[in-house]
Formats: sequence, structure tokens, C-alpha cells
Amino acid sequence: RLPILHVRGETKMSQQAANGDRCRAKVLTVETMNPNVKRVEYAVRGPIVQRAVQLEKELKQGAKKPFTEVIKANIGDAHAMGQKPITFFRQVLALCAYPALLEEEKFPEDAKQRARRILAACGGHSIGAYSASQGIECIRQDVSRYIEKRDGGIPSNPDNIYLSTGASDAIVTMLKLLVCGEGRQRTGVMISIPQYPLYSAALADLAAVQINYYLDEDKSWSLDVAELRRSLNAAREHCNPRVLCIINPGNPTGQVQSRQCIEDVIRFAKEERLFLMADEVYQDNVYAEGCKFHSFKKVLFEMGPEYSSTVEMASFHSTSKCFMGECGFRGGYMEVINMDPAVKAQLIKLVSVRLCPPVPGQALMDLVVNPPQPDEPSYTTFVKEKTAVLAALAEKASITEQAFNTMPGFTCNPVQGAMYTFPRISIPQKAIDKAKELGQVPDMFYCMKLLEEEGICLVPGSGFGQRDGTFHFRMTILPPTEKLKIVLQRIKDFHLRFTQEFS
Amino acid sequence: MSAPLEINPYVKNIQQLQSQKLARRSEQIQEDIRRGSITSFKEVIDVSSGNPHSGGLRPLTFVRQVLAACFYPELLDSDGLKADVKQRAEKLLKTCVGGSVGCYTNTAGIPEVIHGITEFISRRDGGVPCDPQNIFISSGSQWCLSNILKVLVNTKSSLPCAVLSPVPCYPTTLMSLRAQGGLHVPYRLTEEGGWVLKGAELQRALQSAQGVSNPVALYVVNPGNPAGLVQSRASIQEVIRFVYENRLFLLADEVYQDCVYGENSCFVSYKQVLMEMGPPYSHSVELASFHSASKGVIGECGLRGGYVELVNVDQAVMDYIYKMFSLDSCASVSGQMVLDLMTNPPQPGEPSYPLYCQEKEEIRRTLVHNALKATEAMNLLLGFSCQPVEGGAFMFPRVDLPQRAIQRAQEAELPADMFYCMRLLEEAGLMVIPGCDYQQEEGTYHIRICIMVHEEVLDELLRRLRTFHNKFMKEFS
Repeated sequence: RLPILHVRGETKMSQQAANGDRCRAKVLTVETMNPNVKRVEYAVRGPIVQRAVQLEKELKQGAKKPFTEVIKANIGDAHAMGQKPITFFRQVLALCAYPALLEEEKFPEDAKQRARRILAACGGHSIGAYSASQGIECIRQDVSRYIEKRDGGIPSNPDNIYLSTGASDAIVTMLKLLVCGEGRQRTGVMISIPQYPLYSAALADLAAVQINYYLDEDKSWSLDVAELRRSLNAAREHCNPRVLCIINPGNPTGQVQSRQCIEDVIRFAKEERLFLMADEVYQDNVYAEGCKFHSFKKVLFEMGPEYSSTVEMASFHSTSKCFMGECGFRGGYMEVINMDPAVKAQLIKLVSVRLCPPVPGQALMDLVVNPPQPDEPSYTTFVKEKTAVLAALAEKASITEQAFNTMPGFTCNPVQGAMYTFPRISIPQKAIDKAKELGQVPDMFYCMKLLEEEGICLVPGSGFGQRDGTFHFRMTILPPTEKLKIVLQRIKDFHLRFTQEFS
Repeated sequence: MSAPLEINPYVKNIQQLQSQKLARRSEQIQEDIRRGSITSFKEVIDVSSGNPHSGGLRPLTFVRQVLAACFYPELLDSDGLKADVKQRAEKLLKTCVGGSVGCYTNTAGIPEVIHGITEFISRRDGGVPCDPQNIFISSGSQWCLSNILKVLVNTKSSLPCAVLSPVPCYPTTLMSLRAQGGLHVPYRLTEEGGWVLKGAELQRALQSAQGVSNPVALYVVNPGNPAGLVQSRASIQEVIRFVYENRLFLLADEVYQDCVYGENSCFVSYKQVLMEMGPPYSHSVELASFHSASKGVIGECGLRGGYVELVNVDQAVMDYIYKMFSLDSCASVSGQMVLDLMTNPPQPGEPSYPLYCQEKEEIRRTLVHNALKATEAMNLLLGFSCQPVEGGAFMFPRVDLPQRAIQRAQEAELPADMFYCMRLLEEAGLMVIPGCDYQQEEGTYHIRICIMVHEEVLDELLRRLRTFHNKFMKEFS
């Protein structure tokens, strides 16, 4: 099969050479490439999303469909759904981008002061200069101070902070660092089912052994140490379990772990000598009454030196979620706890392959950890905007959960935090059979049909993992409230039709 | 628990660079300067990396104005920005979902930005068409390269996968390769005559891999880094024929294509030459060509914008490459914006054009001036010999170190050029990288100096180098 590009103009060539060449095998084929790549799936940007993009193209070109727009409720992108950026953050970033603006009166003094400080820490006072691979030092210091404040004074060392290109970059870097061994000694990594599929994709890419531990759907997706133990013991038969990943608040499930649960997990990690990876990117997204975010680090240290000086841990944060929603800036960091200096020396090598994280993302992270203070001019507006964003998310979390729980064929756990609902859907046997015929998993079949008929893009639960025989989808709670209500109604109507069609 | 034994062996296999030691020492020295305990120099001049803004070159006004307006669209209502700045910012914001640079973008990049890149490539290559489906944008060209290596390097093959790479070579690529479990098979550039790539040497290198590793690709850097060569058309053709005959994937790192100073030098892209050669080459050689907004006149390293153009790659493999990029979500939006501004600069007649031209010319003049001045100055130093710098961002002079210095270095358990560089840093506050980090012929020593710096910075660094070097040679002769 000839490639897409065509050679300009006529060229003379012998017939034999031409034929021979058309048959000439490529150097890089599916057979010769890295076989690990074949097992990599990332549902959040997978086939259903590609189809959604295709439908959008067709709509743009004037095609007639049962819907006028494709609603992309598949990805945790708040701005895409109309959430506004925080004014202060964007002001400082603009000042950093074009420092001549520092002369303009329209920018508040606190924004200017932060911009000047960030620029002073950049090579040549420019955000266009490479920074150190670990990230700009004064920003790492600010991150440490933020962590100390958040965790009630527990010290944080800036040397343990690694700024990154989104949290994903740091997560993949840590996994890459830790995965080793051959055969039965291959590193096993425990991940929750359901989970954010970056983890399963990274593990497939690294040919690590994925160890599934199930969250309990009947108990609001809570984590039970007995289940951790069961899963670990079974895994010891065929791999060397060394890492435990936990997402809190959860994605896609939205549960906010109780303090007791976090302690139990830490205790378990210590007993079983596991490296703990705590993905805490949704730490400000907590909505449910009685739920509170407890940082793993804080709980670790409050458990006393027996734990705080031994358990090895990395915790991750990002500028993409919470109240900022600045996904496009690719800002993030990780804090490593109790990491052996020799291991750190290896880590810095890996980190330097990336050269440095995007400086605007680093600057943004600095503002997240160093926001306007009560005595500063931008404070009032900042607090107003932040509160409004979090309140809107809380309201939408509640609307969505309630709506699904009143729809026949759906059950939905409380959306305690994060940005998603993960309702369980009942799919009739006939539909399951039809899906099988088409070579699709049932919830993909369901979601594809929903996309084609209603223009609503969700991610099937199979992309995140779920107990056999159960079906789910992940939908974000991000669309504006009015649109959200319409989307929920249309899903309800679709489900009725679907159930009738396959009864 | 996490003892060094239990770390990914590929990561352990990534070489430890001497430059990291220099960086740490430099931090200490800067701290000492701040505290007043070092007074012999006021600041450390760091020319260890291709970091133009850090070296005193200024960002382009148009680029930064557009970027600021994209970050804070309220600026579009002000009088302070020219019409074309506003138009471009509005156009870019429209390409973002929800009009915000805070949104994720499509995996491969914003379609309109990709489209602009394809037009840039096509114009550059004399009209050769460029398919947008073959472009992937990432947070830096090295990120693109590492995604391609992820697909290319098969660690399950019977012999370890290898990539032929130049000596001297930019270490990040090799580190990335090792992190993926690949090996590199070195082919030596010939220093005499300006770091020339010779076909016979490619043959020798390939032969040396027989039975040891499985070479799957050839990596070229043009214009070079650290070597300042700009390949001739004939040389590029030779490489293309070589990869065709020996069934190698071609990785062409062309990030310095905008930095060409040699009077008789001209950048021509691998893609253009490939297409001009016609079949069978043009429709069978598998090529990945990398470019970036970090270098060249635009010099925006910190904004992290780079792309790869894939040519003749198997369609099924393209789907897997797409998957690799999708795990990163997308490239940073500021990086994508900067790529657009690089590939689609102000045009004659537009209000920002005069200033843009002026700034661009100034930077170019500086680079040409720096290349000449640095070459002349360094060739005057005892033991220094510089090849002519035709392009790229660096000088890579050879330094013939006295035997006594080499001995002293051995005693200190340092490579001799690292010993030299450490002394240079400590005594003169000048940070350059020793050739050992780039690989070099056994028994030769080099240092790499970035010349994409302000003229005053160059003058000062040459002054410090001269003073230090004369003293060093006296001490060790």
C-alpha cells in the first residue's frame, strides 16, 4: 500500500524496480515494533473520542445529524465546558510573557510583584529560557511552603519537589524508574479498579505486571484493606509487587478516602514494603458533606516516625484540575518522601531527558501555591472566582448523581469529589449479544450508539476497569448546568429507547 | 527498600553526565557570590546549553505580545497592541476549545497549527506537499523523539535494538534511547574539514554492529550539535541511499535549521532531498524529521514546542504512534502557539513586520558575528583548534591539553576535559561542557560553548577564557 505522499513530477524508473519496491517491506511495522505498544490503550482519548472528532468534522461540513453539536463529556477539561480561568493567574502569566506590560496601570500590584519574582528566577529574565530539569528553584520552594501549610506544618524539602509537565509526566517517570526484574520477578504495580487509564497504559508500555484491587461499588467505591491483601497475595505468585497506586479523590469514581482508610493503606504499604504513589490532583475538588481531603503525607507523618521515616512515597498534583482547570498549561509536580539518595540520582537522569517542564506551567503552579493573600489587592476577586468555580462543581456533582439515581436502569454512587460520575448501567442481554457480534464490549457498544444518536461523548467503563458482568460509563460533571440537565435528560431518553430496542 | 539494585536497569544504564556535576558546583558558586565570599567575578556565565534568552538574546516582540493576549484576552480590548497582534491572538484563541489556552487540545496538536506547519514545511521544501496527518506536536522535539523511540525500540528482539548515532552527539537523544532499552552504535564525524559525515564511516559502524546488536535506525543532526556542520545536498543523498540500502529508519534532527551562518552553507531538509531523489527512495525511506521552537531566531526553549513529521511510515504503526502521543494528553498550548508564530511569522505590509524583521536581523547578525569572532579568538589560544562553524548554536573546539594536566586529571579521577572545565568554572566563573559528555575520539579533548548569546556576553566569555587558558597552560606545561 503506497503511503499518503505523492512524488511531485514524473520520474523514470524501471518497471521491475517499481514493482520490487512496492513489495518492499517497511523497516518499522507492527511486527518489528516494540510489542509492548500493542497492549497500550488510553480510553480517554481512544476510538470513541476519535469518532466524536470525526462527527464534529462532519457537522462542520454541513452533514445532517440528530444533534447540532457533539458534547464532549469524556474528558476532564473544565475550560472546554465554559469554566472561566482565574483572572489573577492569567494576569501574572501575561506579565511574564510580555514584561513590557509591567508598566501598565491596569495590572494590580500583587500580580506585578509575582511576575517580577518569577522572571527574576528565569534565565535572562525570560520564560523562554530552559529552567533546571527539576524546575525553577524558587517555585519549588513555594511548593514546599504550600505543602507545609496544607499539612499543618509538617516540613517539606524543596529538594524533594520535582516540577513536571502535568502530573502524568511525573507519574510515568516514577513508574519507569521503579519497573524492573524479569519473569516472576517482574515488578507488579497495584492499581484500583476502576482506575484512570494512564496507569494501565503506562504499565502496558513498560511491560510491568498490573495488579488489580477492586473498589467496592456497594460501599461508595471505598477501599478495603482486605481486598488489597487478597489482590497482593494472589499477585505474589507471578510477580514482585513493589508499588501501590491510589487516586484520591478518585478518578473515575469520585470517592474521597476517609482518614482511617488512608492510615490503613499506609500501614499496608509499610507491612508489604510497597512504594506508595498518591495521585492527589483533585485535592480541592471535594463536595460531599462529611468528606474531607486528607493528604497522604500528612497522615503518614501523623502516624509517627515508625511510618514517616520508612514509608517511601510520591504524591502528585497538577494545574489541570481543582479550581484552576488549566489543562493546556501542563503544570504539575510530585513530592517524593523517604527516597534513597542513590535512587534520586537515577531519577534526575530520567527527568533531565525531558530537559525541563514548560515554564508557563511552572509559573502557573507557583501561583496556585502562592495565591493572593487577604491583604493583597487581588484577594477579593480571587476568592470570589475560586469559590464560584468550586460551588458550581459541587452543584453539578449533586444534580448529576441525583439524576442518574432517579433514572430506571442506572445506579450512581455519590460524587464525593473529583469531576466525574461513573454510573452503573443495565444492558439487556440482547444488546450484550449484539455487541459481541460486532466485536465490541457491551458498554462501548452502548456509548457508541449514544454518540451516534445523541452526539454525547462519554467513555465506556471498560476503559477504566470494572467487575466482570458490570457496565458503566464515565461522564464529566463539567458542562454548564443548563446543558448538563439537557444531557442528562437525553441520556435518560436514549437509555429507554436502547432498552426497548434490545428487549 | 528502593535500593539502587531495584531500579529499572535501562534507567541505570543512562549515562551520568559530567555537566550535572558542573551545574551543582555552579549553584554553589553562585551562592558564594551572593554571600560575598567570591569576588573575582560577579556572576557565572553559563554557556553550557543552547539557551538563547539566558545568554541575553531577547524574545521576539510579536511572539510575546500574541502570547500575552492569548493568556489574558482582556488585552485584546486595549489600545496597546497592534492590529495584527490582536488578529493573530484572536485566531489562535478561536482554535482552542472554549477560546481558552487552558483547554486540552487534540492529541497530535491544534489542527490549524498543524496546518500552518504543513504550509511552512512545503514552502521550505520548494513546494513538496506535506500531509497534516503526518505531523505530531509535543512539548519539545526531544519528547517527540522519545515517543518515536518507544515504538521503534523492540526490547524483545533477539539482538538488542540499536540506533546509529554520531560522535560527537547531543547526549539527551542517547539518554532517551538508553531509557527505552536501546543501544547506540557510534559513527564518527571527521573533525578535519568541519566534522564531516563520511559514507565509509557509516559502513564501518554498521559492520561493527554485526552479531552484537540490531540497528534499526540512523540518527543524524543537521545542522549539527555540538559539531557545527551543515550537510551538503550530496551528503544528505549519501545518507538516504545508505539507509535505503541497509533498511534503516531515518531520524533527522533538524532543530537548528534556522541557524545557518556559513557563507557557503545552505540548509536543505532531508524530506526535500528525499523527494527530489524520486523512487525508490522517495516512497520507501521511512523518515522522522524533528523541528522545534527552542532554537533559531525565536529561541523559546522554555515554552516547549516541537514537532515531528513522519514520512512513509506504515499506517498501522501510525495508529500506535498516535496512541503514544495520546498518553501525554497533548503538547502545552503555549508551545503550540509558539510553533504557529514560528511557522507563520508577520508578513510584509503587516504592522508588526518592520520590528519583527529588525529584531530577527539583529539576532542573525549577532550569531554570524559570534561564530566568526569566537572562532578567531579561540584559534589564537595555545592548543585550541576550532573547526569552522557553519550552523547550529555551538563551538566545539578541540583543546590539546598538556600531559601534566592529563595526569592531574587522572589523579582526580576526572576526564581531562572535565578537569579543565571544572577549573574554568571555579577560577573564571565560566560554565562550558567537556567533550566527554558528547563522546569524542579517544585521546582528544573538546569543550562545547553556546554562541547564541548577546555580543557582550560573548566578549566577556572570550576574555575570561583567554585569561584562564593562558594561566592554565602556564601551570601545566
